[in-house]
Amino acid sequence: MIKKLKNRYRYSTILLNQLVKTDFKLRYQNSVLGYLWSLLKPLFLFLIMYMVFVKVLNVDFGVKNSGAYLLLGLVIWSFFTEVTGGSVGAIVGKGDLLRKLSFPRYVIVLSTGFSALINLCLNLLIVGLFILIGGSDTSWKILLAPLIFAELFVFSLALGFFLSAAFVKLRDIGHIWDVIMQALFYITPIFFPITLAPLWAQKILILNPLAQIMQDLRYLLVSHHTTTINSVYGSSWSRLIPVIITLIMAFIASLYFRKKSKYFAEEI
Amino acid sequence: MKDSMIIVDNVSKNFKLPHQKIGSVKNIFTNLFSLGGRTYEVQHALKDIGFEVKKGEFFGIVGRNGSGKSTLLKILAGIYQPTKGSVHVGGRVVPFIELGVGFNGELTGKENVFLNGALMGFSEKEITAKYNNIVEFAELERFMDQKLKNYSSGMQVRLAFSVATRLAESDILLIDEVLAVGDAAFQRKCFMYFKQLKLDRKTVIFVTHEMGAVREYCDRALLIEKAEIVDIGKPGVIASKYHKMFADESKNDNQTKEKQNKSSKVGISGEERWGDGKAQIVSVSAKVDNLSGEDGEGEVIITARVKALTDLEKPIVGFSIKNLQLAQLMGTNTMRKKHPLPPVRSGQEFDVEWRVEGMFNEGTYYVDSTIAHDQAVLVADRWPDATSFQIFREDNTPYQVYPAIKVKSNIIKP
Repeated sequence: MIKKLKNRYRYSTILLNQLVKTDFKLRYQNSVLGYLWSLLKPLFLFLIMYMVFVKVLNVDFGVKNSGAYLLLGLVIWSFFTEVTGGSVGAIVGKGDLLRKLSFPRYVIVLSTGFSALINLCLNLLIVGLFILIGGSDTSWKILLAPLIFAELFVFSLALGFFLSAAFVKLRDIGHIWDVIMQALFYITPIFFPITLAPLWAQKILILNPLAQIMQDLRYLLVSHHTTTINSVYGSSWSRLIPVIITLIMAFIASLYFRKKSKYFAEEI
Repeated sequence: MKDSMIIVDNVSKNFKLPHQKIGSVKNIFTNLFSLGGRTYEVQHALKDIGFEVKKGEFFGIVGRNGSGKSTLLKILAGIYQPTKGSVHVGGRVVPFIELGVGFNGELTGKENVFLNGALMGFSEKEITAKYNNIVEFAELERFMDQKLKNYSSGMQVRLAFSVATRLAESDILLIDEVLAVGDAAFQRKCFMYFKQLKLDRKTVIFVTHEMGAVREYCDRALLIEKAEIVDIGKPGVIASKYHKMFADESKNDNQTKEKQNKSSKVGISGEERWGDGKAQIVSVSAKVDNLSGEDGEGEVIITARVKALTDLEKPIVGFSIKNLQLAQLMGTNTMRKKHPLPPVRSGQEFDVEWRVEGMFNEGTYYVDSTIAHDQAVLVADRWPDATSFQIFREDNTPYQVYPAIKVKSNIIKP
């Protein structure tokens, strides 16, 4: 059984492995600091945002280690933009390969996801450093964090699959997604405390899976004073809503991608 | 049925070609409301194609450009989905539609080997096992840690070919003729590889329009024209049909050309008719006389009718023959043959006839003709592709020419 499964996905795993490796090798080609940029980039971004929102605008998050709190949000946001933004043109960008070889098309999008995942892990090292220095209220609940990370991965990839397939025929998607990302940046509580909004608005904003994921991870890794979907709705069942949204999106996106992927070679 | 490696069952493929692209702002608005109603032109790339390829068979697919052979190959490779019908493949397929797919200039030669190998479905372990063999065959030992962008194009092709041929130990190979481009040494390598495949009894599907290769390697071949199968059969028969197809075509071409009052000056080579106009070639004909199976027997008679438009002291008339690949095979003129033509007056016409021994292989040949004067320095009229002729032979050789060759053997030591 396992062997059968292994055989079936043999080609995909080989290819995925090699594509992720290549992407990683090429990412920091010809740069002096190389992989260090994976760590430095979020750090600098964080510094800028910290200056603007915390020092200049005096935003109060009501949590102990606001540095780690902010950085974690930023790191999650970067992962999300890297997966979705990278997926949009991923299929079209590999058009040359698609027209000459027959391989499982989803590998391309998956490799974008895994490349971003490696980056996320590197970034989390910096977050870990902030947590060590600034302290946090972690408990046994930290064991739930991988589940939330998995949700983040599935949510981002679902969008990635949809966007990459749609972009093949409808190039407007690229511009549309740019606009949507801008909007998402401001409705996701990355640099403002969600409690700034009135309760009815909080109830809507937190249904966005990305907002729910971000707040949950902040709660689990940094501070138990974080406002999560739990505290907004007063029930832990409420978490099912964004999770179900994510699963439905994943389901629809995979069906859509599967249907479209047969014709990628001729439509690009 | 049991020993069939590939079964193509009634496959059709249509491409939808949208009538217009959304381009201007005006179009966006008109199209926005009729997005569902955009009109398409359906192009039939393949119609009801059905055949089987047996295990260990070297199967040729031949046809002209645009006949559908590349689409068929892409369907066999699983790159395109058939619109109708199905393809069953009984093993692992490695397509060689292009060499070095996915090669990246920023990676080293070594990294590219692994990437290219992975794209063909080989794990790092499998590639590592053959890595030395690959490098050795490509003769690039010293360059493997350099970036590919610093390779010459010849080196890149060598590496790509080496990866493809050393790794691909699959059951079924799909080979596009583009493989065999490159210099003579590389072509020889390719053909050696084909022979090895044949010895190893691999199942090979080979797309080409090189009839010599079809005769030499293929066990069977399929001729495709205008999206449909014309015939499947022995390579010799298919190759003849392929050439006949061209013959019919060029006959039609000639007729229409004459109708157009000889206004079309451009032949297949794209060279235009030119000259200073002091004389004109009225017509050129080529007659194939009694050219049968025996090598060198029979002859091709080429006759040029020339009309002088001014008085010419020493006219010189010449011709040359080229094949379908536009290789100039032979040619001569009356000066070279020490056959001086008498001076001609304006308005006078005369014929020049050449008899060429029957050393032609099967195929289509084109004749250029020229009338020159003043020691062949000034050209009065040069007419490229003035006429063409076809040769059909039962027993072809894969070589350019087919001259009379005599064989003798002696036993030296008892």
